[in-house]
This record gives sequence, structure tokens and C-alpha cells, in this order.
Amino acid sequence: MKAALVLETGKVFMGESFGASGETRGEVVFNTGMTGYQEVLTDPSYAGQMVCMTYPLIGNYGINKQDDQSEKVQVQGFIVKEAALNPNHWQLEKNISRTLAQAGVVGIKGIDTRALTRIIREYGVLRGVITTRLEHLNEITAKLKTWQVPENVVADVSTKKIYTLPPTESEKGSFHVVVMDFGIKKNILQAMQAQGFQLTVVPYNTSAEQILKRRPDGVFLSNGPGDPKCVQAGIETIRNLINQCPIFGICLGHQLLSLALGGDTYKMKFGHRGGNQPVQELETKRVTITSQNHGYAISEDSLAQTPLYVTHRNLNDQSVEGVKHQDLPVFSVQYHPEAGPGPSESLYLFDEFAQLMQEWRAQHAS
Amino acid sequence: MPLNPAWKKVLVIGSGPIVIGQAAEFDYAGTQACKALREAGLEVVLANSNPATIMTDVKMADLTYIEPLLPESLARIIEKENPDALLPTLGGQTGLNLAMELERRGVLKKYGVDLIGCNAETIYKAEDRDAFKETMLALGEPVAESTIVTTLDEGKSFARSQGFPLIIRPAYTLGGTGGGIAKNSKQLEEILHRGLQASPIGQCLLERSVAGWKEIEYEVMRDDADNCITICNMENIDPVGIHTGDSIVVAPSQTLSDVEYQMLRSSSLKIIRALGVNGGCNVQFALNPVSREYVVIEVNPRVSRSSALASKATGYPIAKMAALLSVGFTLPELTNPVTGHTSACFEPALDYVVVKFPRWPFDKFPAADHRLGTQMKATGEVMAMERTLEGALLKAARSLEIGSVGLRIAASGGWTEMEIEDKLASTDHERFFAIAEAFRRGWTSLEVQMLTQIDPFYLAKIKELVSLERRLQGEPLTSELLRLAKVKGFSDLAVAKLTGRTEEAVRNLRMELGIIPVFKTVDTCAAEFASATPYYYSSYEEEDEGEVTSGPKIVVLGSGPIRIGQGIEFDYCSVHALMALQGAGVEAIMVNNNPETVSTDFDTADKLYFEPLTVEDVLHVLHKERADGVLVQFGGQTAINLAGRLEGAGVKIFGTPVDSIDLAEDRERFAELLCRLGIPQSEGRSVTSITQAATVAEELEFPVIVRPSYVIGGRAMQVVYTLEELEDYLRRAIYLSPEHPILVDRYLDGKEVEIDAVSDGETTVIAGIMEHIERAGVHSGDSLAVYPPQSLTPSEIDQIQDYTCRLAAGIGIRGLINIQFVVVRGKVYVLEVNPRASRTVPILSKVTGIPLVNLAVQVALGKSLQELGYKHGLAPEMPYVVVKAPVFSFEKLTKVETSLGPEMKSTGEVLGMDTQFGHALAKAFAASRIPLPQDGSILVSVAEKDRPEAITLARQLSQLGFGVKAIGDTAKALALCGVEADVVSESSQALQEAIRQREFSFILSTPTKGTTPEHTGYLLRRLAVEHGVPCFSSMDTAKAVVRALQEIRSQTKPQVLSLQEYLA
Repeated sequence: MKAALVLETGKVFMGESFGASGETRGEVVFNTGMTGYQEVLTDPSYAGQMVCMTYPLIGNYGINKQDDQSEKVQVQGFIVKEAALNPNHWQLEKNISRTLAQAGVVGIKGIDTRALTRIIREYGVLRGVITTRLEHLNEITAKLKTWQVPENVVADVSTKKIYTLPPTESEKGSFHVVVMDFGIKKNILQAMQAQGFQLTVVPYNTSAEQILKRRPDGVFLSNGPGDPKCVQAGIETIRNLINQCPIFGICLGHQLLSLALGGDTYKMKFGHRGGNQPVQELETKRVTITSQNHGYAISEDSLAQTPLYVTHRNLNDQSVEGVKHQDLPVFSVQYHPEAGPGPSESLYLFDEFAQLMQEWRAQHAS
Repeated sequence: MPLNPAWKKVLVIGSGPIVIGQAAEFDYAGTQACKALREAGLEVVLANSNPATIMTDVKMADLTYIEPLLPESLARIIEKENPDALLPTLGGQTGLNLAMELERRGVLKKYGVDLIGCNAETIYKAEDRDAFKETMLALGEPVAESTIVTTLDEGKSFARSQGFPLIIRPAYTLGGTGGGIAKNSKQLEEILHRGLQASPIGQCLLERSVAGWKEIEYEVMRDDADNCITICNMENIDPVGIHTGDSIVVAPSQTLSDVEYQMLRSSSLKIIRALGVNGGCNVQFALNPVSREYVVIEVNPRVSRSSALASKATGYPIAKMAALLSVGFTLPELTNPVTGHTSACFEPALDYVVVKFPRWPFDKFPAADHRLGTQMKATGEVMAMERTLEGALLKAARSLEIGSVGLRIAASGGWTEMEIEDKLASTDHERFFAIAEAFRRGWTSLEVQMLTQIDPFYLAKIKELVSLERRLQGEPLTSELLRLAKVKGFSDLAVAKLTGRTEEAVRNLRMELGIIPVFKTVDTCAAEFASATPYYYSSYEEEDEGEVTSGPKIVVLGSGPIRIGQGIEFDYCSVHALMALQGAGVEAIMVNNNPETVSTDFDTADKLYFEPLTVEDVLHVLHKERADGVLVQFGGQTAINLAGRLEGAGVKIFGTPVDSIDLAEDRERFAELLCRLGIPQSEGRSVTSITQAATVAEELEFPVIVRPSYVIGGRAMQVVYTLEELEDYLRRAIYLSPEHPILVDRYLDGKEVEIDAVSDGETTVIAGIMEHIERAGVHSGDSLAVYPPQSLTPSEIDQIQDYTCRLAAGIGIRGLINIQFVVVRGKVYVLEVNPRASRTVPILSKVTGIPLVNLAVQVALGKSLQELGYKHGLAPEMPYVVVKAPVFSFEKLTKVETSLGPEMKSTGEVLGMDTQFGHALAKAFAASRIPLPQDGSILVSVAEKDRPEAITLARQLSQLGFGVKAIGDTAKALALCGVEADVVSESSQALQEAIRQREFSFILSTPTKGTTPEHTGYLLRRLAVEHGVPCFSSMDTAKAVVRALQEIRSQTKPQVLSLQEYLA
């Protein structure tokens, strides 16, 4: 079936429908990962977004049971050059088209995804529509221009109820970590479980008081979708957690931490999405290649009025990739040390978090 | 840390001659390294024996030593130049082995030279099988269960405990020389014996076979601050069992999940960190296709063929960065040269599919073993990029120039089911086409998978292509279907054949329907950032992003994959053509498909199009660029062959016009021209029947040279001495018919010489004459050749000069011309004219300082040689001597007859340079890895016609203190003339044993007749190759050896001079 991708600029890409048919709209973003489409599809940070994969062959190894990052397909739409018809892999469960169809997610294939990427690079993130209803394409652009990207996406993807997860690696030091779920990826939970943490996952709008009642050794601020400034409840909670226990934030959690401490964030032109972003740790000059997925970033100037300082920077555009509190065991990174998809060389940050909790526990032993 | 201030002068080692397993990729790497180091302000001293390379150009390094790559010569260079550091990681296995040897001999320590890029310990850990295994185990990285053996017995006992199949890998060899997979104890014995011989330290690794697993490679880089990145991963479509150099490879991997991708990536980083490489490193894995189990197969702590491929596949210049890292720079300090503004410390993201396809020499060696295994056999490779896997695959296939059309080769339709099954199961080199043929005949994917163990993902793609073939055959050619065929990579010719049209008709239809490819940029970052690099590939996609300038511009056609007969020298010429165009203010645009070369480096031309060299693909580039025209004379026969049809399509051919090319290449027209000019040539006729051939041969008198007038499956040219031989030859030329005549030429038994000249129609500048040491009948590419000529009379030189000038004018040459002559008793005959760059252009350009290619380009652009300051005629001789020697790769090509003849067999060449002929000759032998023996015995077994000369030779060798041994009739002949010679039994078993026991220091064995494998001579020569005993199959070569031996024992010492010093 024919399908079209219409952008707010009026540009129309004609392609073929795959996955569910129908119509969907969202922000169009691109991801440069050459593997890991399953993790992308199921990453809650992509909620509300239509993801264009820059690598042309998607779905080659199909979809398996193990690599999902959440319970469902999260993307609003999926844009590829080619969706594999005959995938093969020993873990294969189903092909990507069927996966999207079952999830009711609209996909479009046969698109010159490089051309689309170049447009996004030029104009920045764009609103767009994928549709299999081709008769009213010219009306779409006008509607798109006035359409507001939904704000409170975190509420949709965050857990509704509190749950706990046991450590999977019992030999490591055992800490109890409360995880604020703004749309958390499974790999983060697994990475912390493997670190020996006992996890209590709470909804994004849980109050500090409720969290502290659970006597955590530390609080983790998760990744998630959308504009951090829309997550006021979370910001409020974080503000009240400062100086109460060690805090570690990733991605959206990183942005929220800065906002909570008086910093500011801004919307990037087209963000960082992929597994090849070089991040330099300023103290050691060491560079790690990181997995990223964000469209907002911390404004470096705004940090002057906060107790935070920059610890990591992106080597390509010098943007802030990590901050630390001057006095307290509070730190966060913009990238995804848990990988899935992407390089796993930053997993050591979970060690550091454990270290901070260890020290805090020692200092506050009573 | 930036540049280490302790290192001001760096010695870079090149990789020497092109052999199977070590080809042009190291010219590319070395050239990048030299450029980068000099830009960083370092003084670069280069040592390389290969004269056909860009890196040995006088301007590439501060000082260039064209000397044998042997520890002794390197030590002399180090002694003279006193460099601060030695960079061995850009010179392939040769570079590493040399560095290890210099370290072992204490040379580096003595002269205070630091080994940079990787230290001796790293090399040891990566290269020594035992040390490697230990290192991996210490890291917790899995390796296949294995053992190191130094004897056959150790091997057998391992086999008893492990069972078969077992892989045998000799230590410290390149391209897997001497290795293989043994499925039973007989094979084990055979391969292990060969492997132990091949390994310079007599050591082999026996390991559990993981054949059938996915073979995955990672290219990794590391700096001194321990920052590590992977540039690219690659997946072999052919699973483990076929050497990666012989595998069809895709980048990035297609069938690995992210978890698997990252698992192997992490392992690669761990390994490069543990080895402490400063620069590039290649890690090869075998991954179980049904689990996450993997083993590390191999690590190369240096740039490699794979890293050249990864560089071209991603755009990321690995060798350049590796060179900078080796002298102390760190990755975050460097900018990604492709985008020009982002960090070099990142990992490229591809938004296209890359396919590498090997090019095998079996067209030249029909008798060779065509099965692929752990020993590499390809001489070169092509690469293609597209936005679909199918498109990249078919682009690559047509870049090979093997006559394939789409998924078919000429023979595929005629294969029996048995043959197909055999080709699939026995890893035949035509397996890719056999898979398609199997699907065409309705085989299931499962059947094909069982036989090939190729991942069903790839098989499905090929199967889809075959279905598309069927649709093209059965359905009307609609716009949609045609577009689909193009998206999936079918050429116009393939569509034409399937739909019963002409190629032109398909092309015209396509143009009418507006189905034309667009061009996409290779930018390392999948369009995330704007890129400054003009590196393009075509794709049947929507958006064209190539920007076209309005100034003058010319397209240079490259020479495609490295193959026997068309090697790196044409890349040298192409690169110089680009530089000349740039110098003349013309935008220089390159079209080529060889990932190993300098010409496909993104900063060589103003614009690079990585495309197949077919009329269809080249026209797309020309139309896109609205170029003024093309230069075809630098890309060997590949480029020349396109000239006619390009001109027919309205393209201007700069330089020698198409009609002149035709005049030189069409036998009849050429013969007429020679007749008109009064220039003698050897007589010949074309014949269409055996009786006619016999009559002609009698008339011309034996010996005669016979060859087909067309090319079929490698039927070679041959010198035949008797009627019987002639008939035998003709009987095997199965297609002999009026449409396919055989050419019979009188064989002129004389001295062969060749010239390279440049002409503008009036002035012809002859750079020099090269005299061949072997008499006519040995292919010029396989001859030893010396400049300036050593035995020509002034009158002969005059004739050569006169004929060259008249021929250049008569043909209408505007650019380069190469002529081969034969001199018989003072009279000069023309053998062959090539209206293009030749194999010897780089040599003569380098040693005479006359920039032949540059002049040719300027002439093509309309300048006269006179205004460029050059005089008509032969340039003055230089006061030194160079000897070019061929280098063969016979040890990799089992069953190939090694004796020299009119069909070229060498894969590369070296140059010996000195002020004296004898030393130059000795250096050439040394550099070509024929260690001249100091003592011991020579075994003589020659054809009847060679016996008189053999007797003299045997006497001389005896005087030099060598023992003489002989076989059969040769022994009798020697005895008759009073030369003392031990008689050696002719039985093949005795010979084999004697050679194995190294009873002979070298062997002289000239072929009698035919090339039938059961012959004693053939056996002798093969045994010599397999056991590494020098063997000469031409009396002339043997005489040169004796001359060199005499020279080595003389009082004078060889020179240690750089090219710059020679030229000064």
C-alpha cells in the first residue's frame, strides 16, 4: 500500500506503508544507529516522535523477546528505507512489519531517508504526518503548522504504580535505589540490578517525602521523552531530594536535575540520536563513545547560577554531556551509559553511583 | 598529548612488492602516512622496494630508499640516516616482520631508534600464536581450542585428541600462506608440512575449526591516552572457512543484533587496549550463528587490507590518523577530515551498504585450484556502495570485469546440477554465481544454506534478485519494473539481456522515463553533519546532493581491481593524471572501484566517484558533472576499453583519439601502418583450422607464437616449437572456428626491449629504454628488465628511437605510448604498441625524473612538449642502473605451472638500484625474495634446446664453488661435456624427498613443451615453490643469477643512496 510522509515544510515523501496502516503525526527525528532498531522502537524517550533510521536496511535480524526497552513499541511512527522481508536470526520472533502492525504503529518504507535527514539537519526537528490516506495530502501541511506537540508525554510512559526489582548480582554491595520513572529503559534497570541494587521504581510525580520514606541509599532519575520543563512535578521532587541522598540522573533525568537546581534547558536543532557520540570527561580528557537520544540539552551559561559544574562535553558540538554538584554526591549525564542500543563502555558510571552511595552511607551511619 | 618532540625524523617501511595477501592497500596506507607525518613537520625517510607505488614518488617522502626490504639493507639505511623513530605498522606484515627482526638483531637499540605505532611486545603478542593465545585468555577473550606445533607428530597427536576438521595457520605469514583446513589425517599431514615450511619460524597453529560461523571484523583505533574507537565493522557473507581476503564482505554487519554488535565491539576495544597499539588494529571474530558464543580468530596490530577497505567504506582515513597517533597525537585533538569540523574521535555511521568482492587470477591460471579456503588467492578487490544490499552486490560484481552480467557469468547457464552442488559445497570462486544459478533452477534456500552455510538473510536477497530476473523475463518492462531493477542493481546490459533488448534501448527507455541515478555523499556521519568531502556514489534514490562547479573539468578513469597484468602501476598513473589536471587548473574527477588504492583516497582528486568502470556507470558521472571529457590512457586496458563507446555516446576523449587507439590495437590496421612506415614486425597470420595452422607454421618456420584472437577462459599465449605441440595447442583451443581465429606469429628469438614515451604528434620524448634480460617469449611483465640498456649497440638504439618517433606520429599519439621491440642480430622489430600508460611508466618516471604522466596530461590539454621544455628523441641516460624484477605468488596458487612464457604470471615487481649493474641486479633478486644462495648445490634439468647454455652455466657455478646436480638427459649432456654433476633420480618421490630435505640451494628447470601437469619439470618447479627453494625457468634468468652471484663476491660494495640523491 502506498503511503506518504508529509512535513510541515510542505515536503512530501512518497513511500510504501508497513506496519499498521492509517495516519499518525509527531515530531520527525533521525537516529544514526546502524543496529538497535528494536531498542529504539521500544525506548519510551521516543514517545510522541516519528523516528527516521538513517541506516537503510532495517529489520535484518527481526525482533526478539529479549531486547525490548519497555513493554511496547513507543515510537509514534517509523520511517525507513527498507524494512526486511526475510529477516534471520537465532533469536528471531517476528519481523519488524508485523511488530509494528500488532502495536498499531504506522510505518513508511521506501523513503530516501538520507534526503529526509538532510532536511532535518537543515530545518531542525520537524512536525510530520505519515498517512496511507493519500487524497488529502495538501491539507495536512496547514494543519501541521498549527498542531502543538503534546506536552505531558512523561505522564503517559511513566509507571502508574510503584514496583520493586531485586538485584541480579548479589555479590556486589547492596543498595536500595529509588528510581524515578520518567519513561525508563529496561537496560537501565538491568544495569542497576546487575550492580547489586535493590530497585523501587516510582511514578514521575512521586513526592520527595514519599521517596525518602522508603529510606533509599540513592535516587536515580531516569530518561524520558519530551521537554523537561513540562515535568514540573518531577523537578519539584528532585529539588527536595537534594542533600537527602546521592542522586544520579540520565538524559531527561539529567536535564531535570539541572532545572531543579536553577539551571536552564533549551531545545536543540535536531538533537543527538545514535550510538556514536563522542563525550569527553573534562578532568581526565578521556573520551567515550556514547549512546544518545535527546532533543533538549542543558544551557551551559545557566549553570553559573547553580551549584553544578560541567564534567563532560560533546566533542562534536561542545554541548554539556555531564554535570556534578560542587559539594554533594549528585551527578548526571546526558547520554545513556546503559547502552541498549549502543556502546557499553560507560557502564562504569553505575559503579561511581554505587561508590557515592557507599560513601554517603559511611558518612551518615548513625 | 600532541606531537612527541623527541621524534624529528621517522623511518617508514613500505610493504614491498604486490603479492597475493599484500597489495595496493599498503601504498594507500603508506602514502597517507607519509603525507600526514610531513604535514605534522616531521622528516620522513621511506624504504620500499616497490617502484610502482605512489609512496615511492620522489615528492612523497623527504628521502626515498628504493632498496630491498631486508634487515641488512634496512640496517644500512638506519646507520646512514639515523632516524629517531621507526614506523612499521603501515607496511603490512612485511613491515612488522622487519621491525621485529631489526629489534631482535639489536639494530634499533644500537642506533637509538624508537619503534612507534606498536612496540615489539605488541607485535609479539599479536603475531606469535602462543603469546596471542595467552594474551587472549588473560583478557578473558575466547579463542578456539588450539595448540602450537612445530612438528608433524605434535600435529597428529592434537588431531587425535580434537578430531577433524582442524585449521592450520602458519605463524608470521601473510594472507594465510601455507594454511588450510584439514578434514582427515592425510590432509593434515600435507597442509601441516607446507605450513611449517611457510612459517619463517617453523611454527603452526592447529585449531578447532569454527568453519561455518559468521566471520566478523572490527577496525579499531587507539591513541596514547587510551582513547579507543571502532571505525567500522564488517561481515563476511562467506562464513568462516574462507580467508577474509577471499570473502565477499559487507559493511556494516547486516545480521548482528545490537547486543552482538556491541559485544564484539567491546571485545575489540579490550584487545587493542591490552595490546597497547597506537594507531589502527584489526580484530577478526567468529560468531556462532545460533548463540552468542564467539572466538577471536586473529588480531593485526597494524593497518591492513581490511582497514583500507574500512577507510574507503566509511570515508574515515585510518592510515592517516594511525600515523598521527603513532607520533603522539591523541584522537580528541584531531578533527574529522571528512566533515572538516567535528571530532576525529567518534565512530562513523554509514547510511549505505558497502560490498567488497575479491578478484581472483583464475582467468590467467585455469589450471590452478579454484577452491577457496584459509589461504588467500585473490590478487585484488572491488568495492561498491548503494542504498540497497542488492544494488551494492551487483555493482561490485560488474566492477570485477569478469564478463558477468547481473548474476550470471558466461558459463553459469551450462553448469550441471552436480557442478552447481560442487561449486556450492567446495567453496569454488564462482560460488556467488552458482547460488544464483541454483535459485534459478528452483533450489530452495535451505538446500543452498546447507551447502554453503551462508546466512539465509543473504541467500534471500539473492533469491529475490533471481525472482526479479524472472519478472524481467516474463513481464512487460513497465516504468515501475525498470525502476525496481535499477534500484536492485541490474545494469542496463543485464536488463537488456533479460528483456531481449539492446543495452542502448534500455538506456534510452530509462532516460525517457527519467530513471537516472542520483549521487550521494560519503560523509562518515549519515548526514548528521554537513561534510566538506566530495566523495560520492550513485544510487537510484530521490535526492541528488552532488554540487557541480562550472569550471573546466576532466574525468580520469581508473584501472579497477588489481589483477595479474594490470596492477598498481596504473593507479600510480591515474593519481599523477589527477595531480597534473589540478596543476593545470582543471577540476580533476576520479572514477574507480578499487578500495585499496591511492586514487580512491578522498583527498586525491577534486572529486571521487566510487563506481563500476562500465560505460553505463561512467556516463552517469560524466552527465552529472557535465565534464569536458575523459582521460582514458592511464587506467590500463580497463579504461582504454571504454574509449570507443564513450566517444560514441558523445564524450570527448582527451589525448590520443579513439581512432588512433584502434589503429594501434587492431592487428590488421596496425600491420598496414607498419608496412607503410617501413617498420619491420614479426610475420603472422590468423588461421581457422588445424591444417591451415600447420601450413602457416611451416611457412613461418618453428618456433611460432600462437594465441587466440579473442579471450576465452584464460587460454594463453604460447610459444610452440614443433608441429606436435602446435596441434596439441589447437586441439585444446576448442572454439577454433572462422569466427574465432587463432593467431600464429613467427617467434623472433632475440633481445626484448621496451620504451615509454610521450608524444604530442610532433615531438616525441622517450624517457628511456628498458632491456629485458629474458629473451623474447617471456611476457614483459615477468621479465627482469634493466635501465639503461646494457647490451644494445648505438645502431640498435637509433632504430628504436627512430621507430618510436615515427610510430607515435603515424598512430597519432597524444600522450603516452609504450612499445615493445625485439632485437634480432642488429635488426629491430616491433612486437606490440600500447597507446596508453604501461607497467614501466612509474619506473622510468622515477629514475629519469621525466614526469611522463604529467607531460601526457598537458599534451592532452593542448600543450606542446616543446613549450614544456622537452626535446624530441631519447632522453639522456642516467648515470646509474636499475633492474626491475618480477615477483610471483605461486605459493598461494597451488597447481599453477610456474615456468615463464608469453602469458604474464607475476603479481608485483621490485626495483634494484645502484651505480653498478651487478649490484642493481643482486638487489633486485634480494628484493624479490629470491635469496641468492651463497653455497650448496644447484639442480639442473633443462630442455634439449637449452643444454649448450646450461653447460656453460654449470661450469661457472662450479667455479663459484657450487655443487652441480642434474637429472636424466641433462645429466648425460653435462657428463658428455666433462662437467662433473651428481645424478639425481627422476622419480617424483625421490625428487620430493630431496627438495624437502633442502638438498638444492636453487633449481634451474626450463620447460620442454606443453604445460601438462604430469611432466617432471612441472612437478619439480611446483615442489620448489611449495618448499621455498628458488627456481628459475629461463636460461636468461639463470645467467643473470650467476652474474649477480659473481658481483656479490666482488670487492665493491653496494650503494646506500636515496632516490633523491640518485637524481641530484
